[in-house]
Amino acid sequence: MTAPRTPAVGAPTARLEGPAKVTGTAPYAYEHPATDPLYLHPVLSTVARGRATVVHTAEAELLKGVHAVLTSANAPRLADTEDAEFAVLQSDEVAFRGQFVAAVVAETPETAREAAALVRVEYEERPHEVELDPGHQDLHTPRESDTGSPPDTRQGDVEAELARAVVLVDEVYRTPRQDNNPMEPHTTVALWETLPDRLTLYDSTQGVHTVRETMAAVFGLDPENVRVTAPHVGGGFGAKGAAKAHNVLAGLAARAVPGRTVKFALTRRHMFSLVGYRSPTVQRIRLGADAAGRLGAVVHDSTGLTSRVKEYVEQSGLCSRMMYAAPARATTHRLAALDVPIPFWMRAPGEAPGMFALETAMDELAEACGVDPVELRVRNEPGADPETGRPWSGRRLVECLREGAERFGWYERDPSPGPHRDGQWLVGTGVASAVHPRANNPGSVAEVEYGSDGRYTVSIGAVDIGTGARTALTQISAEALDCPVGRVRLRIGDSDLPGATVAGGSSGTSSWGTAVFEAVRAFRDEHGADPGPGARTRAEASHNPDLERYAMYSFGAHFAEVRVHADTGEVRVPRMLGVFSVGRVINPRTARSQLVGGMVMGLSAALHEHSVVDPRHGHVVNGDLAGYHVATNADVGGVEAHWLDETDPHLNPMGAAGVGEIGIVGMPAAIGNAARHATGLRVRELPLTPDRFLH
Amino acid sequence: MRPFDYERPARASEAVAAVAADPGARFLAGGTNLVDHLKLGVSAPTALVDVRDALDDTVQALGDGGVRIGAGVPNSDLAAHPEIRRRYPVLSAALLAGASGQLRNMATTGGNLLQRTRCVYFQDVTTPCNKREPGSGCSALEGHGRDNAVLGASEFCVATHPSDMAVALCALEARVRVLGPDGERTVPLDHFHRLPGAAPERDTVLSHGDLVTAVELPPPPEAARTAYRKVRERASYAFALVSVAAVVRVRGGRFVDAHIAFGGLAHAPWRARRAEEALRGRPVTEEAFRVAADTELAGARPGRDNAFKVPLAVNTLASVLRELTEEVR
Repeated sequence: MTAPRTPAVGAPTARLEGPAKVTGTAPYAYEHPATDPLYLHPVLSTVARGRATVVHTAEAELLKGVHAVLTSANAPRLADTEDAEFAVLQSDEVAFRGQFVAAVVAETPETAREAAALVRVEYEERPHEVELDPGHQDLHTPRESDTGSPPDTRQGDVEAELARAVVLVDEVYRTPRQDNNPMEPHTTVALWETLPDRLTLYDSTQGVHTVRETMAAVFGLDPENVRVTAPHVGGGFGAKGAAKAHNVLAGLAARAVPGRTVKFALTRRHMFSLVGYRSPTVQRIRLGADAAGRLGAVVHDSTGLTSRVKEYVEQSGLCSRMMYAAPARATTHRLAALDVPIPFWMRAPGEAPGMFALETAMDELAEACGVDPVELRVRNEPGADPETGRPWSGRRLVECLREGAERFGWYERDPSPGPHRDGQWLVGTGVASAVHPRANNPGSVAEVEYGSDGRYTVSIGAVDIGTGARTALTQISAEALDCPVGRVRLRIGDSDLPGATVAGGSSGTSSWGTAVFEAVRAFRDEHGADPGPGARTRAEASHNPDLERYAMYSFGAHFAEVRVHADTGEVRVPRMLGVFSVGRVINPRTARSQLVGGMVMGLSAALHEHSVVDPRHGHVVNGDLAGYHVATNADVGGVEAHWLDETDPHLNPMGAAGVGEIGIVGMPAAIGNAARHATGLRVRELPLTPDRFLH
Repeated sequence: MRPFDYERPARASEAVAAVAADPGARFLAGGTNLVDHLKLGVSAPTALVDVRDALDDTVQALGDGGVRIGAGVPNSDLAAHPEIRRRYPVLSAALLAGASGQLRNMATTGGNLLQRTRCVYFQDVTTPCNKREPGSGCSALEGHGRDNAVLGASEFCVATHPSDMAVALCALEARVRVLGPDGERTVPLDHFHRLPGAAPERDTVLSHGDLVTAVELPPPPEAARTAYRKVRERASYAFALVSVAAVVRVRGGRFVDAHIAFGGLAHAPWRARRAEEALRGRPVTEEAFRVAADTELAGARPGRDNAFKVPLAVNTLASVLRELTEEVR
């Protein structure tokens, strides 16, 4: 599966839609033109658990310009509500604060909002529990059928290895709830037409086909009669990786006013209860090692929360199953089901919190053994995947660490634990590894057509959520077709196009590119190198048997310099450097942007991000961008992302792995480890706010 | 929609008369805080009286060597004003530590003084708040308390004042010029903002219809060293956990005097008179810094989530004093 080399792939290429975006002409979902649209504004529950016994709508209905007020009493019954997330307005039960309990459709957004404020809801409140507290809660073991991987694993004699260990690290690490907060809030523009019933959504989503499948099932429509488009999306980070309750609400509203387009944009505050978030975690790590730091046992017990109405597991322990060599290991996942909104994917779900815990623990082990942290990781390098025994499709963590150490000037550090002082600042450096699975998801279909203008049209229902996927897929198409990128016209972002998997799990470029390669191969088989106008072929990505033969992961090494103010505890990060092994890089320009963006989000998680839940009311009190701090430009100092020159011969025809998530993984640990080196204080809980360093 | 009247009078006296005549009317200047409140439902005025044409937007020299800052001067213009940068750098620094460039372009001097707390419960109409709805209770007292006041709070309210500018003005002993229905008056800045007591709905001593027309600064103390230090989690665009404005004079290794104000600790910019007294005439030593800071914070009453503010305030003041006196020690 060696890819032919043409200049298209590997060339630093500017985003094709860049000029449209910066001139404001790229239409996002809300900007979809519509004649006489109506606007939807929801009413959210203000109790965390109970029943909305009476919903008073009369005052709202009297407001001029209001077309409909939907409640559980008058909303149409849905065809399939097995997934409780989509059972919108189907009963008066309230399962979490911030759940839809009513909605208004009106002629202007202002009227809809005002009418929603006039809807008065009476509740029968029940006791609720919203805070994760593993010591005092009933915990359950998640089902393998929900996640695709066993919740618990065990290899070797863990107790014996821990007992034999010369050096033991046994610590608990905590990460807070975090919310995705893409720039563009979730938005759906819905049109319901009748005879036959048809639903069209212009949606801000990471997967038009996945939203179509859900909407068709929930509304009992033939998928052919549901169309979802997403020409441009302003970020998702996982929060737009599946249909969400607001899609269903928009569908219900559109159905109430057939023939009229209904526009629905969530507010920033709505997003803190309706689109998923990263569960807080409490993770106990036990590492047993010999005096030289060689691991005998790795034990990773992770606890998170889920919603009582729908299970979602933050699989923080997965990374410890494959990261380092050890004769014995165990991992467990436990959940507390609480009266909280439904958690969901947030950039590198599992790996991001999991590697904070593991890589902080590795730093503690290095210190306890008196071994350099880079060297400690090298010493625990496994020859094959410890979990499956499979060979690696390419594991180059050691090269990432070595090259990163070289570029960063790692060995200039004073290896002794802090504090290390430079005037009023305590200064330190830290390192951590990064990992993310390399994915190539089955099921994507692509179509190639040759036009009378001498250009190829490549069609696939992929979505560019701001990553540069449109540009990368155009480059891949040009390489597969062996033509310049200017002769490729790429069509994406529409469920009427051939089916594509979701833009998630760093799988998009890999999975969609595979389908494009297969479609081009089929096209050439059918039409040859010199096709006539109108020649057209469609193909689905065939099964890649190497996916079961090899352990496929991307790796990376993060280095950070941290300064902590000796008086105030303020934490600043003047320098971050990452070296990544991500297969072949399709577009250095957008890949660098993804890696740097991931690192910055890791910085943000390390220093700032924390959704604070008020246990009395059950809501996030800092649910806006004034209160939920994400890193600003001023927080970001030097940031460098490098990658190894390589190709993965087993993953896909391009040899390229995804780059969307690995940048965030390990970054918080590198920063925390650097803060420890700077101050001598070990902080095992994110975020690293100034108060943690005051003494 | 909630309709409201809008007018934009040319004279301050007309604006005052318009607001005084309507209990539901509010002044509008840059709108950087009030417009948020309209959106959040925190405020629902019947009329907005836009004072941008009515307010002076210049900085003028005063006969006593001080300056008069028109209430309509945008924060960004004030921060960049050559006389302010040269003679009152602490004010310029405080302004630039606040908000973002875009907000500073819109926000005015008067509006900055009158901005309201960012307490998350005050801004969330689904939760009780005595400041927003007197008598409804204080959600912050037992709730998320990281940003709460540690000085001068009451059982009715633990909100903090968010301004950076006002902290510097407090240390500079500014005077606020106010035009009300009964004429003009002057209020010293450290009496302008109230402590919450039993009436947290009142942020300042102003009455309905009172309009801030200018802020006057006395001439800066001769040979004073000044600093504004803002401590926050994020490097920009965040409110202060603690901030310190300091104007100190040192001679012969001793403090002559010091004017110090804290932000982030109280319902108002907190003039640190106890610390000032503790420094007066004392030798410039680390011990003197600590004693002064400890003395001021001795009356702190932190809650569950904000105990860190006490050592943080002590350390920050000590740090500022150390930096300001480095070469004389």
